[in-house]
Amino acid sequence: MTVLFDLVLCALMLLAALAAIGGRGLFRATVFFVAYGITVALAWVRLGAIDVALAEAAIGAGLTGLLLLGAVARLRRAGAPEFPVRAGLVPALAAAGVAGATGWVALRVPGAGGLWTEAGEALPLSGVENPVTAVLLNFRAWDTLLESIVLLAALLAVWALAREEEWEAPVGPPLHARPGGVLEGMARLLPPVGIVVGVFLVWAGASQPGGAFQGGTVLAAVGLIAALAGLVALPRPDSGSWRTALAAGPAVFLLVGASGLALGGLLLFPPDWAKAMILTVEVFLTLSIAATLALLVLGPPQPRRMP
Amino acid sequence: MTGEVALAVLLLGPLLAALGCLLAGRQGSTVALLALIAGAAAVVVLWDGMLRTGPIEVRLGGWGAPLGIVLRADGLAVGFLAAAVVVMGAVWAVARHDFATPRARDVFWPSSMLLWGALNAIMVSRDLFNLYVGLELLTLTAVAMVALGRGPGAIEAALRYVLYALMGSLVYLLGVVLVYHGHGTLDLDRIAAGRSGADALALGLMTAGLAIKTALFPFHAWLPPAHAGAPSPASALLSALVPKAGFVMLVRLWFEAMPDATPPAALAVMAALGAGAILHGGLMALRQERLKQILAYSTVAQLGYLFVMFPLVGGAGAGTAGAAEAWAGTQIGAFSHALAKAAVFLCAALWIRAIGSDRLADLAGLARAMPLSCFAFGMAAVSLMGLPPSGGFIAKYLVMRASFELGLPGWGLVLAAGGLLAAAYFYRPLAALFAREPPRVQRTPRLLEAVPLALALAAAALGVLSQPAYDLLQAGAPAYARGIGP
Repeated sequence: MTVLFDLVLCALMLLAALAAIGGRGLFRATVFFVAYGITVALAWVRLGAIDVALAEAAIGAGLTGLLLLGAVARLRRAGAPEFPVRAGLVPALAAAGVAGATGWVALRVPGAGGLWTEAGEALPLSGVENPVTAVLLNFRAWDTLLESIVLLAALLAVWALAREEEWEAPVGPPLHARPGGVLEGMARLLPPVGIVVGVFLVWAGASQPGGAFQGGTVLAAVGLIAALAGLVALPRPDSGSWRTALAAGPAVFLLVGASGLALGGLLLFPPDWAKAMILTVEVFLTLSIAATLALLVLGPPQPRRMP
Repeated sequence: MTGEVALAVLLLGPLLAALGCLLAGRQGSTVALLALIAGAAAVVVLWDGMLRTGPIEVRLGGWGAPLGIVLRADGLAVGFLAAAVVVMGAVWAVARHDFATPRARDVFWPSSMLLWGALNAIMVSRDLFNLYVGLELLTLTAVAMVALGRGPGAIEAALRYVLYALMGSLVYLLGVVLVYHGHGTLDLDRIAAGRSGADALALGLMTAGLAIKTALFPFHAWLPPAHAGAPSPASALLSALVPKAGFVMLVRLWFEAMPDATPPAALAVMAALGAGAILHGGLMALRQERLKQILAYSTVAQLGYLFVMFPLVGGAGAGTAGAAEAWAGTQIGAFSHALAKAAVFLCAALWIRAIGSDRLADLAGLARAMPLSCFAFGMAAVSLMGLPPSGGFIAKYLVMRASFELGLPGWGLVLAAGGLLAAAYFYRPLAALFAREPPRVQRTPRLLEAVPLALALAAAALGVLSQPAYDLLQAGAPAYARGIGP
């Protein structure tokens, strides 16, 4: 039964991918891209990687899908001609060749096994019970620290797209939701639930799947819904409080990492304090990830033209 | 412990400074300056400590491989850390005047600090995935700087850069996955200790990905528009430092992690691509009408020089004095290219400020109005051509000597051809600068002109101080390049 499910899932994944690059216009491509992201998330569930599945669904399918839909809408508003989304023959052959070779080697070469044993042995010293969180925030904290800053670099790149005279404008496109409409109703209803889910994901991350990235994404989505409905004013890129929100997580992470020098080593989390240190980092990281992702989706500052 | 603190200053310092710049707004350049001063001191401490006790290793979080990430500051790493801090300092001095508007200032200062932090992280990392994260950070900050350029051309260049770079990242990451599958570790030294049937494909994929990121011919199409389109002080960082990160990663992969997976034919292919870059970049540079485009194509060519090393260090000559010479020569070449290319791009920055254009025709006669920066440009060009006295000359001399000693004179001749091409494509801007025509310029402070001059002089000094550089590069060098008979 599970084999059948897996086969159907694989078939759906391939079909969604093919449909996305099948050349039927940008909007369809985006819709199938989101569908593809959802099937990939399901595949991660089947592989037992719930954390990755959550991240894929939230960021890979959700926020990326939203970004792409926004881009499609912008192209339409600008009157850009619809251009074909179609994979060329040479790239398709190259991709198929690489995929084939990788698959063949992966099947033929025996795996060395992961680091389950080592991670299991070190887990009691890590301060958390979820091995994924232990890897992300303790064993390989340096990677995660850099990743959290990669988001900020991406935001800077997006902001660089603004023109000099637009810097005074609020971020994101001009939005007008109908007062008392469905969107506004949703935007009043969803945030309380979303905030609880987001905070729970961060807190649960210590012992179960979840964590700062997943929780931050949910919070970003909550903020975006409220912003789309016009319930919160969009900030300018030079807003001091928003910049503090962007910097707080990485800053706390960096300071906690540097404090390790006094405790015996760079990025060292002594077992007794590890849990408190990791939770502190995660709380601030969630805030910054939520702020960064929301601003990334909103895009560069754009002047509001009077109608 | 001192070494660990110095490394912390160089790794966490720039990142903290980037956040500080973001919050400081108008005071961003001051925050950056503080980080640069601390970073320069840390480089001195690392260099000194390494010469006394050998490469400095840090196991982050106390875990060590395979569970955690190991950092190591060896000679190669410290050399690039030093080059990076010097170039960053010079760019700081010019950028402080160039990025005055709120948007440019607010994007440039945090991005430049992040770029520096990412470079430092890559130079000392011993972990394939950590290297990937560092490279992503480096690329995104570089893209942000390209997008800061003016006009739709800059945005198109930035977009093209992103697409190429993402392609490179994905291909590299696929290789990393295969390595982890085969070795069960991401640590360079542990990978070197074992062997897996997946090595050849993994190395091929990672090399292809990094070749795109390093703009190795024929994957270089993204570089000229990006480096020519970015604001000039940013171009100096992009051309002098950013592609070297991918190069260092390639060197670590080919000569430290997987020395057994590299057959002689593959080494020759890498050098052949380098030769292609030298010829193509040189010929294209000859045909450009704008200074920054000449300099960008010159970077394509100069990156090619670095890959001629591969068959000389690996292959039959591995472990001989010739291999050690090729190794040292190539890295000294990379350092002097960093200094000299930053110098010429900063000259371009000053000239664009003064005359509002970088067309060769508009540069005519500039040497009368701005003699100091024109002299700096000439000095840097001498190093980039590989003429004495300069780091560029010593680099080329060492690699050419190695190629003759090892019985592979063809590669040496390619270097000579590259030198001739460089002389030809630098002749045109130099001839324009020193033409007898009165230029119309806005005044530029002499002190600003001294900044590229200092870099050009540093590139020249590398030619005289090649022995300390050679000693530095021998510290922790792979067995291939240690210069002890086999």
